[in-house]
Amino acid sequence: MQTISMNINGVSVSGEVEDRTLLVQFLRENLRLTGTHVGCDTSQCGACVVHVDGVSVKSCTILAVQSDGCEVVTIEGLATGSHLHPMQQAFKDNHGLQCGFCTPGMVMSAIDIVNRNGCDVDEATVRKELEGNICRCTGYHNIVKSVQAGAKNMGG
Amino acid sequence: MYNFSYQKVSSVADAVEAMQKSEDGKFVAGGQTMLPTMKHRLASPSDLIDLAGVGELVGISVDGETVTIGAMTSHAAVAASSEVQAAIPALAKLAGNIGDPAVRNRGTIGGSIANNDPAADYPAAVIALGATVTTNKRDISGDEFFIGMFETALAEDEVIVSVSFPKAGTAAYMKFENPASRYAIVGVFLVKFIDGVRVGVTGATACAHRGMRLEEALNKTFTADVIDSVELPIEKMNADIHASAEYRAHLVKVMTKRAVEACA
Repeated sequence: MQTISMNINGVSVSGEVEDRTLLVQFLRENLRLTGTHVGCDTSQCGACVVHVDGVSVKSCTILAVQSDGCEVVTIEGLATGSHLHPMQQAFKDNHGLQCGFCTPGMVMSAIDIVNRNGCDVDEATVRKELEGNICRCTGYHNIVKSVQAGAKNMGG
Repeated sequence: MYNFSYQKVSSVADAVEAMQKSEDGKFVAGGQTMLPTMKHRLASPSDLIDLAGVGELVGISVDGETVTIGAMTSHAAVAASSEVQAAIPALAKLAGNIGDPAVRNRGTIGGSIANNDPAADYPAAVIALGATVTTNKRDISGDEFFIGMFETALAEDEVIVSVSFPKAGTAAYMKFENPASRYAIVGVFLVKFIDGVRVGVTGATACAHRGMRLEEALNKTFTADVIDSVELPIEKMNADIHASAEYRAHLVKVMTKRAVEACA
């Protein structure tokens, strides 16, 4: 067991974890931040994407101990009270989800895409960069639309 | 996954010491292959020695005719590096097409070549560019580094420090990728040096190798058409649910042709 501490969504937290505990398990089981999902557990589906020190990471493929001392942002950390993050709002406005299981990871990856590619990111780039996030409902069309609309909103 | 003892070190010397003290330890770089492998219980090391805190292993530098990439440099950093893009654009492009953005943020060049997955991208570039792998003990030439499936010239307590690539103006990497994993079903890295062509092939066989027959043909006539007459040893090709040996042999030729066209 190791004692770890990190800043999650602006709040300092610490906890005791087994060395083998994955970050996603620490988030969901220790902290009850169940917005981050586990879809495949094999690093392919992207439902578990969170930001660690500002970049997107699959939280099923990083140990909690590896995130010790890091700054972590999960889907729960995006909205301000009842005011959704522009990317969340765009997913709502554009019907960018159906069952919603992949959505937390999609939104976190989408924000990472905008951070790296800017607010005018084109459709081809969005489609390519979403290759690590799998959705079984939508056919991606409205997700791509949401990401582009969210990108514009993030630019103000 | 089975439990293990995790340890983060801050220098190569500490990493080596931790490895020597461990019963059956493994170094972990970005962990993008290591952790899934452990989850599947295909690996169960007693100790995991994390190199992420070793600052000296991170960074990209260009010195004269050589691009040196620290072992713990992420694929994302290589892909986004203006220095790599200018010196060896094909290498930056290769790094930018490994896995997906989240994997590229964690995965590293050192981890990729030390693991030596038969379908990994970087080994093709290390071989084709004639790179040098520098470890805490020695320099290993790209031609001698990859030995077999998941097997390299590295000793158990040997840590990759950096990989040095000679600048190459004309090079191309063509990958026929598995659409789910983005691993190469076949990938061909082709470099046109002043004194000849070098070809690195990944995905096709037990581990990445030099395409000597392809090089021989291309050194005579540098055209895509000349590849048609090259005979490849189908019995050495991998066969799995993604592609048969015959199909892989075919893909090696097609990817080589595309690389020739990109370099023409």
